[in-house]
Amino acid sequence: MCQVEEDYNGLECKQEKIPVPTLNRKCMKCKEGTAVLIIRVNDSFCRSCFKEYFIHKFRAMLGKNRVIFLQEKVLLAVSGGAASCSMLSQVQEGLSREAPKKLRFVPGIIYIDDGGACGRSAEERQRSNALLKSIFTETGFTYFIVSLEQVFSLPTSVLVPGTSDPDPSNPSYKQAVDQYIKEKQTLTEENVASAVAQLSIEDSAYSPEHKLALERLFSSMKTLTAKEDMLQTLRSHLILHIARENGYSKVMMGDSCSRLAVKLLSNIALGRGAALASDTGFSDPRYGDVVIVRPMRDYSSKEIAFYSRMFNVPSVFISGLDTQTHDKTSIQRLTESFVTNLQSDFPSTVSTIYRTSEKLHTVMPPQSQTAEPASKCLLCLCTLDTKVGRLPSHQDLKTLLCYSCRLTIKDMVSLRKAQHSWVQSLRVLHSSNSLWYVVDDMASQQCPAVSHVMSYKTVFFPFIFISTVIQI
Amino acid sequence: MLSKLKLHGGAELLFDGVKNHHVTLPGQSDPWDMKQLLAWIRGNMLKERPELFMQGDTVRPGILVLINDADWELMGELEYQLQDQDNVVFISTLHGG
Repeated sequence: MCQVEEDYNGLECKQEKIPVPTLNRKCMKCKEGTAVLIIRVNDSFCRSCFKEYFIHKFRAMLGKNRVIFLQEKVLLAVSGGAASCSMLSQVQEGLSREAPKKLRFVPGIIYIDDGGACGRSAEERQRSNALLKSIFTETGFTYFIVSLEQVFSLPTSVLVPGTSDPDPSNPSYKQAVDQYIKEKQTLTEENVASAVAQLSIEDSAYSPEHKLALERLFSSMKTLTAKEDMLQTLRSHLILHIARENGYSKVMMGDSCSRLAVKLLSNIALGRGAALASDTGFSDPRYGDVVIVRPMRDYSSKEIAFYSRMFNVPSVFISGLDTQTHDKTSIQRLTESFVTNLQSDFPSTVSTIYRTSEKLHTVMPPQSQTAEPASKCLLCLCTLDTKVGRLPSHQDLKTLLCYSCRLTIKDMVSLRKAQHSWVQSLRVLHSSNSLWYVVDDMASQQCPAVSHVMSYKTVFFPFIFISTVIQI
Repeated sequence: MLSKLKLHGGAELLFDGVKNHHVTLPGQSDPWDMKQLLAWIRGNMLKERPELFMQGDTVRPGILVLINDADWELMGELEYQLQDQDNVVFISTLHGG
């Protein structure tokens, strides 16, 4: 970085690249092979050393944070991109018989088809689903291909954080290992794998109403920032639901170091600072019974892209909400552009942000006498960071959401000429099993903007199902 | 001079979705270097949105370049002189994962 004494020349300040003879460099590890890539600032690796390094890093990440227990069911969230497909190939490699100290957990794969929110055609979606299906069947693991439209049929239980009682027979990692070694495995691994593979689900069918509802939901949001945020939330809920329904207690996400650095900064800009530790840390325990882990968080995008290319990891590029958009179309996109550009001139940017994120911890609130669990945001299930002056009221939705989710929802109903940028009143009716929100008092008003808002009422909270028994 | 260009990770979207290109670069007295190749690509192959692929003389940050399956940083980046039948791969790391 620039020296303190140096005159600040604005854009002229650039780190001097250390001139080293680069042609025919030798690998810094084995000193014999010709280097094929440089990672970090000056570390050159040959092909085989790089492969070892990559694999070792994955194992070390899992070994250091001992959260994955033996024979545990772990769901791998694959988006089709290079990072999650590399994660999949690492898991495959780790579980294979030849690997020393092989991994011992039961993996499943989940892919969420969000083409409906991103505006992709049905043929494109079918094509990418078919490509991914062929990749997944190659692995032999159970897989779930689920379309985002299914988020409309989720039960409200998805919003309730589950309890995280540790299994009494596996109280600690070490004891779990000892117990496993003592037990004899009755089922051979092949039998288990074949039985499990038969449970694969490709449930990409969705009803036309859900498709329409999803389209309307996303088109009701004016900014790309809110759309991306909502997409992220809906995706997490769907993954969580599938994990719970099928008995998976861990979900592995393929977020890389570079990706997480961008996420950290953009989350701060979005107002999610309070949840930074869980959003970008190795494990995210906010859901209680299902823990999100990020084993790829130590890899930069360059390492992943090179590994993926050199060792032929099959991946499918699927365009998203912000593909081919201009830099300033959303906060997330702008942050990505900022960090990437800064990284090219100052190669330690991403790793500095990463190391800072490792130091973040969630501050536990002082234990109250009643020992009630802290209230959670209705949408993202993080601990509420807003001041709850009065008890969360069913009359005012704002009190049930965290600051950032309020902004996302606010964007959904804001209209250019509307005088009411927030829904004035909501009435929540508790029925025995479900919560449903009814936009109340708006019909009596004559404001044309209000009737426009009313037309979105059925998509206001998609995953809190609006009962069809009572016609709104 | 023949050259094979490949595009991955979303970069192909800027080239009509075509991942593999075999290009014949027009002959010239000086050997082609990467800088000239990029300028040629910008002029002849990029159908739309050049700012998503290039930034000034070089590729946009976030796009990796491999020459014959090796990092171009090891070859001198823009100063590398292309040889016949060289394989150049552009991988976009900005989306996916």
